[in-house]
Amino acid sequence: MTEYLLLVVYAVLVNNILLAQFLGNCPFLGTSQKMSTATGMAMAVIFVLTFAGVITWAVQWYVLVPLELEYLQTIAFILVIAALVQLVEIVLQKTAPALYSALGIFLPLITTNCAVLGVAIINIKEDYDFANTVVFSFASAVGFGLALVLFAGLRERFALSRMPRALQGTVSGLITAGLMALAFQGFMKLGG
Amino acid sequence: MEVLAAALVIGGIGTIAAIGLGVAAKVFAVYIDPKVIEVGEVLPGANCGGCGYTGCAAAATAVVKGKVGANVCVVGGQECAEAVAGIMGLSAEEGEVGIAELGCKYSVTTAHLLFDYDGIEDCRAAALVNGGGKVCSMGCLGFGTCISACQFGALYRGADGLPAVDKERCTACGACERICPKGIIRVQTPSRKFTHVQTDDDCVAPCQATCPAQIDIPAYIAAIGRGDYEKAVCIIKESNPFPLVCGRVCPHVCESVCRRNDIDEPVNINHLKRFAADFEMNSGKRFLPQVLPPNGKRVAIIGAGPGGLTCAYYLARMGYQIKVFESMPKPGGMLLYGIPEYRLPKKTLDWEIGGILELGVELECDKKLGVDFTIEDLYEQGYDAIFLAVGAWDSRRLGVPGEQDFPQVASGTEFLIKRGLGEETPVGRDVIIVGGGNTAMDAARTSWRLGAENVYLLYRRSRKEMPANDIEVDEGEHEGIKYHFLAAPTKLIGTGGKLDAMEFLKMELGEPDASGRRRPVPIEGSESNIQADNVFSAIGQSPDLTCLDAEGVASKLGRTKWNSIEAADGTMQTDVSNIFSGGDAWRGAATAVEAIRDGRFAARSINLLLTGEELTLPSNWYARAPKLPGIDEGIKIDKSERARMIELSVDDRRMNFNEVELGITEEMAKKESERCLQCGEVCYQGYREKAS
Repeated sequence: MTEYLLLVVYAVLVNNILLAQFLGNCPFLGTSQKMSTATGMAMAVIFVLTFAGVITWAVQWYVLVPLELEYLQTIAFILVIAALVQLVEIVLQKTAPALYSALGIFLPLITTNCAVLGVAIINIKEDYDFANTVVFSFASAVGFGLALVLFAGLRERFALSRMPRALQGTVSGLITAGLMALAFQGFMKLGG
Repeated sequence: MEVLAAALVIGGIGTIAAIGLGVAAKVFAVYIDPKVIEVGEVLPGANCGGCGYTGCAAAATAVVKGKVGANVCVVGGQECAEAVAGIMGLSAEEGEVGIAELGCKYSVTTAHLLFDYDGIEDCRAAALVNGGGKVCSMGCLGFGTCISACQFGALYRGADGLPAVDKERCTACGACERICPKGIIRVQTPSRKFTHVQTDDDCVAPCQATCPAQIDIPAYIAAIGRGDYEKAVCIIKESNPFPLVCGRVCPHVCESVCRRNDIDEPVNINHLKRFAADFEMNSGKRFLPQVLPPNGKRVAIIGAGPGGLTCAYYLARMGYQIKVFESMPKPGGMLLYGIPEYRLPKKTLDWEIGGILELGVELECDKKLGVDFTIEDLYEQGYDAIFLAVGAWDSRRLGVPGEQDFPQVASGTEFLIKRGLGEETPVGRDVIIVGGGNTAMDAARTSWRLGAENVYLLYRRSRKEMPANDIEVDEGEHEGIKYHFLAAPTKLIGTGGKLDAMEFLKMELGEPDASGRRRPVPIEGSESNIQADNVFSAIGQSPDLTCLDAEGVASKLGRTKWNSIEAADGTMQTDVSNIFSGGDAWRGAATAVEAIRDGRFAARSINLLLTGEELTLPSNWYARAPKLPGIDEGIKIDKSERARMIELSVDDRRMNFNEVELGITEEMAKKESERCLQCGEVCYQGYREKAS
């Protein structure tokens, strides 16, 4: 149990997918203007990333490795993720229309979120077993959501403050992201 | 070999995924209107959200549901609108045209302020500090955050310091509405306006807050001041399709709360309304509003009185197919059969009703619910909702001995209805009216016009308590009506079926009763007689609900303890979800303007119900107007004289039913409009300059 807990802390805080690994920066900057959008995106990512982690793990160990085709990993994973997102979209539209409309345009956008592919590949690189894969994928997604929501909160405040014209918009966003990454460095010690 | 294996694996995964998706698409298929897809294809697909919907697919869905017009896309331009219109079978112009509108008239330099705000120059920041610097909770904070939010350059700062709208550029995208922290700038369409229910968040002048119909009074007075009478009529008709009628018969409670009362006399609001409405009628050209394309839904309205026709008018404007059923030979209800010609000429009423019918409202007269058809028949004919506005046509009896014995004794409404039907209603030399309301006054003044020499009006309380409009009581006095206050009938005396006299008791006022008025108490032994050839009682009316005595749906409708139809105030919904009621049928005898309110509110509810939305009211709406502050102490505003209605002289009124009030002239109207202080909820003109 402690092992999983450590893995969660590691994925959410210490090795945050956004602020320590710098994956998924595009939606990080693109969907953080408003808190409601940011929470929507965070929910969608948690949903998809957990599933994608599990399935790509299975593809790796049951298809690619036995056939000795590991070099096809990237293209196979992208294919799987794209199909998975479509599948999730179809299923959600039928079974949970409320959630579907709440996630809206973010669901298909996740296909191109490199954090998903990144986590899938890390799962393999780190030689995680199935349970670890599930926990790590979920926790990474939560870390992504956490960073995104915090960032959106900051940016909402920016909208209200006087800022030199040259720093407005993406500029201040990138600087803030850098500062947040520095702050998250502080969690390094947590990992021992 | 290796290449083959790789191709097979990737191909295999691809195939499995494709099959999986194919199966999922089949199993989890959701029906999507093919039109949504078609419309989605002609939209630019930029997913910019400029239209206010989350992406082009959402906008396409909204178009197909009929929530927005073909011109939904703010970036696609005319070409895109025409393509969408082509698919939907609409014309590109048929959707409602929205425009941003600021709901505040006073800038930070002219409004009542709570504190001087000098923080970050952004409305959203200012709103965080106790809601901003203004005394009221809904005033424009004036930093122009909406101006910077507008992507189309349609907003600019006006000379008064408030954001102003460039009508040519505004695309009704709603970006300003979404960014305004106080909801002061809104994209308004006619239907959004006339389905609006006033709430505590609206900045309204005391007159508008008090008007049952919630007419934007300062706005139409300002339009009259500019000489834009067409605009004035349009503003009135956003809340009340009967300006000609109300300009003549409304008890104008708005004037009693006018802030001018604190200075001199109230603005002559009602006669300004009449002036604008008369202008439309005299111009001979109707200012017809936009009618949305038919939405295929049908609503039946029972009763062509002010309530029923108002409901018909607004539903017709929203594209509903309306049929009004009327039991009498002509439409108008109590406006036609209750209000005499000298107050409201039939020709004028006909013209006003004509304007409503011209919107495509169908009318069928001489059709009485419960006799000629039932509610079940309406359902069978495919009506989706019903508005019951059958009025209050039953009159209360005097309940004194002899009432049934003489044909010369009747109720005031029976007498007036007979006249409305064009029947002969001769009266004798001495006529007695019992009652103190407008029906009593109508019966009295009608009798005088028919040649009665002595018209007596008996009322059991004093003049102060009379529910009739003051102007009616005053005019009645000029015409020589003899008032007997504090008197109640006890007996009708006559011989051989011929009425001779009425005996009555004197009263005195005792303790206040439940209505707050002092209860009249009879004085023992004070009986005396008045000679009488006719006696008309007008002591109260109630709905005649025998039309609902049938089995089935009608029996499910609840009744109030005053024997009117039970309905929820505001939504006007009865115990049956798609049947609504209002006006006298719900209130018991009340005024035309209240029936008009109910009709409009019912139209709002019916539209919500039939478009599948939740039938609720805003949590802070009010049924009774809040008390708003008057003129601040120490502020002097120049006095000016109120415009006086031009009237027919008393001598010219005898033996005819010519309209007594002749209207005010254009010059008078212009001058009177300048007296209006253009109030907001707390602000009014002249507050700042007089105070400083």
